[in-house]
Amino acid sequence: MKTQLRLGKYWLYIPLVLMTIFYLLPLYVMIITGFKSFAEIDLKTMWNLPHGIAFDNYIEAYSKLAPSLWNSFAMVIPAALISSMLGSLNGYVLAKWKFRGADVIFPFILFGMFIPYQSILIPLVQFMNLVGIKGLPGLAMAHIIYGIPITTLTFRNYYASLPQELLEAAKIDGADMLGIYRYILLPISMPSFVVVLIWQFTSAWNDFLFAVVLTGNRNWPITVALNNMAGSQIISWNVQMAGSLLAALPTLLVYIFLGRYFLRGLLAGSLKG
Amino acid sequence: MFRDKDRFLNILLISPSILAVLIFVYAFIGWSVRVSLSKWKGLTADYTWNGIKNYLDLFADPRFQIDIRNTLIFTGVFVVGSILLGFLLAVMLDQGLKGESFFRSLFLFPMAISYIVTGVVWRWLMNPAAGSRTSGLNLLFTNIGLDSLVNQWHTTPTWGIAAIALAAIWQMSGYTMALYLAGLRAIPEDLKEAARIDGANETQIYRYIMLPLLSPVTLSALIILGHMSLKVFDLIVAIAGKQLPLDVPAIYMWQITFDGLFYGRGAAVGVLLLISIAVLIIPYIRYTTKMEAEQ
Repeated sequence: MKTQLRLGKYWLYIPLVLMTIFYLLPLYVMIITGFKSFAEIDLKTMWNLPHGIAFDNYIEAYSKLAPSLWNSFAMVIPAALISSMLGSLNGYVLAKWKFRGADVIFPFILFGMFIPYQSILIPLVQFMNLVGIKGLPGLAMAHIIYGIPITTLTFRNYYASLPQELLEAAKIDGADMLGIYRYILLPISMPSFVVVLIWQFTSAWNDFLFAVVLTGNRNWPITVALNNMAGSQIISWNVQMAGSLLAALPTLLVYIFLGRYFLRGLLAGSLKG
Repeated sequence: MFRDKDRFLNILLISPSILAVLIFVYAFIGWSVRVSLSKWKGLTADYTWNGIKNYLDLFADPRFQIDIRNTLIFTGVFVVGSILLGFLLAVMLDQGLKGESFFRSLFLFPMAISYIVTGVVWRWLMNPAAGSRTSGLNLLFTNIGLDSLVNQWHTTPTWGIAAIALAAIWQMSGYTMALYLAGLRAIPEDLKEAARIDGANETQIYRYIMLPLLSPVTLSALIILGHMSLKVFDLIVAIAGKQLPLDVPAIYMWQITFDGLFYGRGAAVGVLLLISIAVLIIPYIRYTTKMEAEQ
């Protein structure tokens, strides 16, 4: 009986390996194409491994995309930091200092994370023009504000899971609201900060819609620049593949090294903390 | 005294965020509704009252009918495909095989990259060129003798959008796998053990015990994936640009507003998208917050 079960189990490696091939195909093409020399590029041999290692495609792609890569970093880092900080403070107040109406306000904040941004896009562009916040600062601001719901949700769920006694004890010792946050909650919030920072970094880095309406060709972030490069007839497919890998690399590296936290952010996004 | 200061600080800390959400979500939605009821077409704002004419014109527009058809096909293929694949992967990974965490990370990695990158790469994988210019997956199929799988991908008439859903499944099925895996892990082992003692085989256990217990997970997945497919935008832009046969409401809105300067019509599309998503999401938020309150 037991051996039979085990034999049955090993069968599973066949579908699993087939699925592995399915998931890796696009990555395989991106990587091997990138390492081929220009002389070796031919659509007919696109599935073949490169003969040697060359960097022609990466150099060419980087020379085209470098400014937008840096634009993305300049916009994403402050956006992720600020929206995480706001989310932490909101989550603290909503979970531990329930003022009247706190439970009514929370679902209204949550709704903001599901709306299709097409329904606020015209006012957003008009508003940014009106107040004169243009380009990357405007884009960062949009990511901060539309990031509030998910960052608040993640922190609120985390703080709600902490025992109330933790706060009561500190209150008896004379700590005030900010003191409790600063000396008790903040030091044990680091894992949640990592989750939220990764989530905000990834979603702002990968965003296209806000970027395409809020920035112009001098301050395009990477997604817009890559899409335009792919749409142009002049730049060949091999450089596009190398460019795609460059555009994917920052979030891919975060995923490879901090995947555990990435998964927690993902599950929080389905409202199940 | 002390408590009053704390209460004041509470309000002070949270009000900037509440104010921001109030303006950027709710006031902006109201503003969009107002634009959708106006005659605004062109560079300068024009709020002349136009009733629901933009909505009526929209439904009469053949392009919008293509959009609705495409959204339905995309949603069907994408949601069913991601849920089935995600569930199967989760069940396979739940068997305690060696290398489980490796496979799990691998199936999930596409979630970390953007729809634009996915789109640019899949555009080349799904290259429909024939004859000596055959490339991408069609070339791969020919090379390994699976010629019958060679197809036109997203350039197939009517059903082309399903090819784009395939790329979306590639990107999102790992997410449903993660949802199901978390759900499976939450089911106590005793239940399975009891069923085994009663003589149930593994397939029966998953079919009659695990699947019903996982229905809240399936519901979440349906709603989250369903609302994503209503919003689908960047993936199609990266694979196909703005081609009419692959048009969807989100692209229509973007193009008619920012290329066509037809703000009234664009706002109407945005409002309709919002309504269709709200119908899914509002009951979901109410359900989850109620569940939480009961705990």
